[in-house]
Amino acid sequence: MTLYRVALFCALAGFLAGRPLWGASLGADTLAARVKACTACHGEQGRAGPDGYYPRLAGKPAGYLYHQLLNFRDGRRHYGLMSTLVEPLTDRYLMEIARYFADLQVPYPPPARPVVSDSVLAHGRRIAVQGEPQRGVPACTHCHGERLTGMLPATPGLLGLPQDYLNAQLGAWRSGQRRAHAPDCMREVVERLAPADLAAVAAWLAAQPVPVPAAPAAKSPPPATAARPACGSDRVATQGPP
Amino acid sequence: MRVPARARRAALLLATLSLVALAVWSWGVREAATPHLASGPVADPAAQVAHGAVLARAGNCLACHTARGGAPFAGGRAVQTPFGAVWAGNLTPEPDTGLGRWSADDFWRALHWGKSRDGRLLVPAFPYTHFTRVSRADSDALFAYLRSLPPVHQARPEHSLRWPLGTQPALAVWRALYFRPGALPPEPTRSAEWNRGAYLVHGLAHCGSCHGSRDALGGQRAGGDLAGGLLPQHTWYAPSLYDPAEAGLGGWAVTDIVALLRDGISARGSTRGPMGDVVRLGTSHLPEADLRAMAVYLQAPGGSTAPAPAAALAGLAPHPPVEPTVAANGARLYERHCADCHGTSGQGHPGAWPALAGNRAVTLPAATPNLVQTVLYGGYLPATAGNPQPHGMPPFILTLSDAEIAAVLTHLRTQWGNQGPPVTTLQVHQVRAGAPAH
Repeated sequence: MTLYRVALFCALAGFLAGRPLWGASLGADTLAARVKACTACHGEQGRAGPDGYYPRLAGKPAGYLYHQLLNFRDGRRHYGLMSTLVEPLTDRYLMEIARYFADLQVPYPPPARPVVSDSVLAHGRRIAVQGEPQRGVPACTHCHGERLTGMLPATPGLLGLPQDYLNAQLGAWRSGQRRAHAPDCMREVVERLAPADLAAVAAWLAAQPVPVPAAPAAKSPPPATAARPACGSDRVATQGPP
Repeated sequence: MRVPARARRAALLLATLSLVALAVWSWGVREAATPHLASGPVADPAAQVAHGAVLARAGNCLACHTARGGAPFAGGRAVQTPFGAVWAGNLTPEPDTGLGRWSADDFWRALHWGKSRDGRLLVPAFPYTHFTRVSRADSDALFAYLRSLPPVHQARPEHSLRWPLGTQPALAVWRALYFRPGALPPEPTRSAEWNRGAYLVHGLAHCGSCHGSRDALGGQRAGGDLAGGLLPQHTWYAPSLYDPAEAGLGGWAVTDIVALLRDGISARGSTRGPMGDVVRLGTSHLPEADLRAMAVYLQAPGGSTAPAPAAALAGLAPHPPVEPTVAANGARLYERHCADCHGTSGQGHPGAWPALAGNRAVTLPAATPNLVQTVLYGGYLPATAGNPQPHGMPPFILTLSDAEIAAVLTHLRTQWGNQGPPVTTLQVHQVRAGAPAH
């Protein structure tokens, strides 16, 4: 009888903790099990892949992740493996996957040591924090949050990302390989900067530690002004799956 | 025996002349000799459009006639064939680039005769060899539905077929060899449901386009079959729907076949790759009665069309032994990369991860490209109303070498009672070097 009670208690405790005690196989019904295809490259819990090209997913704004998934599926972003994976999935399921990763709060690793000179870092910092108003380039902080941890609902944080990934994305925006919904503000900003400027920003961003907590700012990005082009992503971010 | 050169030349000339004669006959004479079926009266135009919408799903028109992220039915997607790229046209009612100037008669002629509005012969990547079985009423309903779509201005790029394959004379010859217009004769000994299933399977659903065998000219036996075929570029193998060692459905319950076509997953198996697209864009939107009819037919397509199960016979031949180093490597890789989901004994997890033990999709020799595709690119089952949150397989293209993938697939094929042939590094390399999954 006592044994039965112990077993019952254990089962109940396991149930309450959300971790069944009778074998890992029951976990097949969880979203974590359903997104194993994602975490194989993007790291356990979406912490980022080992090689610098698979960015972190955990803790990014759900609206941002959702629209990137749509962009891969619908041909606005190009990476064959991603497009193949998400092609058979519905808007609703992609939003559920986005929310799953957005809700994961896992610690960030310390940033890698910068491999560029101090003057390049200083140049990158100036663009990121002050912008270049004379060239019509707003500071990164203007839209991506004072702490650069992003803004809800759909603007991503820029810290905790590898330099290779940041360089690749800025380059893809400049060449038109990566696009967002029109009007594509990020494209406009990137076009106003030279490749050396972009490399400096990427180097400085990649060298910054991620503040704790790293949650995105709750307020939305500011409306379009002379200093900041209009962003189609803001408009569609408020549109959920049908 | 030596054949005199003059006799050979004469035979060649005779063969060419008869082909040309056949082509000319097939080009115009035969069509002119057959009266066109006229449109019947339509009692309820709204119901006709709704019926046409269902038929568009049955024909899976979207799969080819919609570009990635593009306007539905506006074309812009290339179908890769062994002879070059064929671009699907714009089916929206836009006058300059779509079907805006077409009549219901023009549309019927395209489906039934494989001819465009201006009389040009259409490229058979548009599967009119199957659509010729579609009834005039269904053709009209499909056309009425396409007329109801918002018009989109999007011109079709030119096909890039190797000369002379896309030319009208070449198409005429091809048609003379492979195209027999006309409805499917009903089988009076079978139920109405079975006949309805045959009409869908061999008509709009054009299952034989992938599941049928083809010869070197891309032709299928007149009438078509479902004996299994390799897709262009040999990227996937669409298994035989007759052979129980392949994807024959004789042993399946009708409800399981319906579930597979409706949800993309059933108690007996699931759909991936191109068939996943068929389910997602097509069959998952069909009414239950049509799915049942297709299932009843596929359960017993029977008749004289069923060829000898060649693959089953091939399976009896002894396979080359697996080298010990390959076997050890395969076992180690399986434990490390696969066992978490598919189980240490390949037992899988029902509804989530498929069993690999006793799975004919694993053991089928001809389906090696499918296995390699799945390991290289991973993939999700289609998200459907019945399976809204499918599980996914990670891609291994960046983590495993060709030799490692061959070793782990050889492991699957030789463990837990599975008796399939080993997979070679060359086979993996050929799929990796070919076109990607999509």
